[in-house]
Amino acid sequence: MPASTVTTKAEAVSRTRGSKGRRGPPLAWVGWAFLILLAVMTVAYVAGKAWSNPVLFLQNLLDGLKLGFVYALIALGYTMVYGIVKLINFAHGDIFMVGAFTSFYAVSRFSLHEWPLAVFPGIDPGLSIVIGSLTVVLLSMAVCVILGVTIERVAYKPLRDAPRIAALITAIGVSFFLEFFGALPFVFSGRFIPYKAPFPTVAWYIKDGIHPIVSGVASPDNTISFSNIFLFIAAASILVQILLQFIVKRTKIGIAMRASSYDKPTARLMGINVDRIISFTFAIGSAFAGLGGVLYAIAYSSIWTQLGILPGLKAFVAAVLGGIGSIPGAFVGALIMGQAEAMTMSYISTPMRDAVAFTILIIVLLVKPTGLFGEPAQEKA
Amino acid sequence: MELGYLIGTIVKMVALVAWIYGLFWGLGRKRIWQKAATLVLAFAVIQAVIWTKIGNFALFSAFDQGLLFQAITMTMVVLGLNLIYGFNGQFSLAQWGFYGIGAYCAADITYRWTNGDPSGLIVVGLGVILGAAALGGVAKLLKKKRGIPVLSAFTFYLFALVAVGVLSVWLGSLISPLFVPLFGTPDAPGALASPIALQAAFFLSVLFAGAFAAEVSFLFGLPVLSLGSDYFGIATLGFAIVVKTLLVNSDTILPFKEMKGGRGMLGIPKLTNWAWAFIFLVLVLVIIRNFVRSSTGRATLAVREDEIAARAMGIDVAGNKLLSFVVGSFVAGIGGAIYAHYMGFLAPASFDFIAGFNPLIIVVFGGLGSMTGSIVASFGWIFFLEGFLRILLGQFGTDAPSWRFVLYPITLLLLMLVRPQGLLGTIEWGFFKADVLRKRLTGALGGLSRGTKAEKAGE
Repeated sequence: MPASTVTTKAEAVSRTRGSKGRRGPPLAWVGWAFLILLAVMTVAYVAGKAWSNPVLFLQNLLDGLKLGFVYALIALGYTMVYGIVKLINFAHGDIFMVGAFTSFYAVSRFSLHEWPLAVFPGIDPGLSIVIGSLTVVLLSMAVCVILGVTIERVAYKPLRDAPRIAALITAIGVSFFLEFFGALPFVFSGRFIPYKAPFPTVAWYIKDGIHPIVSGVASPDNTISFSNIFLFIAAASILVQILLQFIVKRTKIGIAMRASSYDKPTARLMGINVDRIISFTFAIGSAFAGLGGVLYAIAYSSIWTQLGILPGLKAFVAAVLGGIGSIPGAFVGALIMGQAEAMTMSYISTPMRDAVAFTILIIVLLVKPTGLFGEPAQEKA
Repeated sequence: MELGYLIGTIVKMVALVAWIYGLFWGLGRKRIWQKAATLVLAFAVIQAVIWTKIGNFALFSAFDQGLLFQAITMTMVVLGLNLIYGFNGQFSLAQWGFYGIGAYCAADITYRWTNGDPSGLIVVGLGVILGAAALGGVAKLLKKKRGIPVLSAFTFYLFALVAVGVLSVWLGSLISPLFVPLFGTPDAPGALASPIALQAAFFLSVLFAGAFAAEVSFLFGLPVLSLGSDYFGIATLGFAIVVKTLLVNSDTILPFKEMKGGRGMLGIPKLTNWAWAFIFLVLVLVIIRNFVRSSTGRATLAVREDEIAARAMGIDVAGNKLLSFVVGSFVAGIGGAIYAHYMGFLAPASFDFIAGFNPLIIVVFGGLGSMTGSIVASFGWIFFLEGFLRILLGQFGTDAPSWRFVLYPITLLLLMLVRPQGLLGTIEWGFFKADVLRKRLTGALGGLSRGTKAEKAGE
């Protein structure tokens, strides 16, 4: 891998000079000085803005958290799949999109979120919304699981021993297929579709305590506002995080997953059905992508078939940032990406947020190719 | 009428493939006059077909000519990508971004020129030439510091290029007012307002656009090529997205009012004709072919096959990757410039990274590491998808053309599963055959080797 060869080259040079006293590669400080300058300028700029308007800064922080929690849900799927099959599953963002669309149809066309009230007319409306919304979420997750496992079986499995690039191109092909098939008029249509949340949105603002925002009444200026959607996203993301940690660390299948990601042939020798483990990984990742899709659609209330591309890519960047293959890393990376994006949107300009995301990716890979929490790739003997 | 058109398109596709075969066969001849005659003949055949009009019926309609120019630009982009991905093994999605950079760069130069403003040509020209000098100078300085980290090298190059950019804008603002009087007034056009000057400006703009794209690709490729293959792919995808974002905001974030951001740039002179397209096509073919068949090209192949072994043979792996990336981007920039002057209109939407997968798919179709495959696949792709299939699916109602984008991922998937080496594999025709060189070598050394064999037999 070129990323490692660069360091080995530098190491080799330092080693040859090591006999006369240890010296690192020449002029390494220039790059570091440039990066530190960049970082100091960024921090100073953001700090200056935060100092002049702390309320706006806190609001950005909250928006960034919201975005980051959604990215975390998607990034989990990327990081797990990459950890095991070493494949960037481009179609993951589109599974996310399918999750959003499934919930849209369930809510807007079939009113699935009101089924408890329809079946048991006497039930408390609040309870009905809770159960109905959970049903919608579970349905979307189930659809995504089926889709994800199907994709894995049909498209990726035959290419497991092919060069990695072939699998990557296949992934791009699957992603395109989902986007443009979804854009056909009788599937999802290629238009932006307004999304109706299955539960009513309640928002609050913070000024000397927490007050609800009443529609029609302007909330006072210079306040931080948040809604129940933010709370749901945060709760779902953190719960998923804990659940996944539990699955990977404590259960038998989690141990099998780790074993497969570490060394597939040996895992096979230990009696692990690696193909099943890979399918299971795709299933979990797709389920969380579906959940993320529903929450994203609820939070940003507009969906279309190419909805998943950019969140998917940024979630991948988040996974790389946190150290690909590492689950807490994906979470932390996603939160950082969310903050970076929210701050860019607010303080620099909205279109530049993608540029910032990919600049972060490049810098991270140059400085610490394993990411924040990643383990260094073990040498094959 | 539609049926006739469809049959006609198929005939044209077959004829074009035959034309390509003939061109390569002729260029692959030994003597220089044979090559020259082939070029003249190949040019004349298409030109004659374009000129042929029987009554109301044009043998090669304006639509077909559009397809031809699209196919030629696509050929350039795809050949560049094949060099990067097929021959050097670097999975790049940035090619479309460099194509967009080249298109906008050249369009801006000629747009300003037709409006009596030489600053575009002067600033870009100065920037490109001084930039190349600066890059060369920095490279020479850094050569003494062996093992310098990529990040530090990048910092040096970045500051050098930024300084050159500022310098050339400043110099350009000093120099260009001197040339403005030469344009004259609309009533009395000056020397530079003549059509010949415009053609010359166009020629320079295409070359400068390519060089500009190449220098951007150098700066971008230097840090990014040291990442792993997958990461390189993602980073280049990010580059394509950023380029598109910048083009959409070219009048707000970037200071180019005439590009009009997402509304699209109007009023680019339509200067691309068959002669220019053919000249640049041949130029690109020769550049790519000579690169691949040179010793550097063989080193490029070695890097693709095994980086560690290549390094053991004394090949500068990082430098080699960077070189092929830069040459590929140069070619893409030229393609973009040709495209801009054929369309006369540029919209950032056409440089979307989703459209950027097209060249990738074409490269895979034509066969990774097959130049002939890339060219034939580009022509086939444009004439089949943009021409044939669009008309055919158009027969089934208005929504049918969107099926194209459903069909090609499926085709791609099937191709990857069934024939991952591409339709043509590594077949090469005439000019592109490695055999031409080998034959010449064996021709020169033939007597010697035969002699030794004979001697051995004699013993």
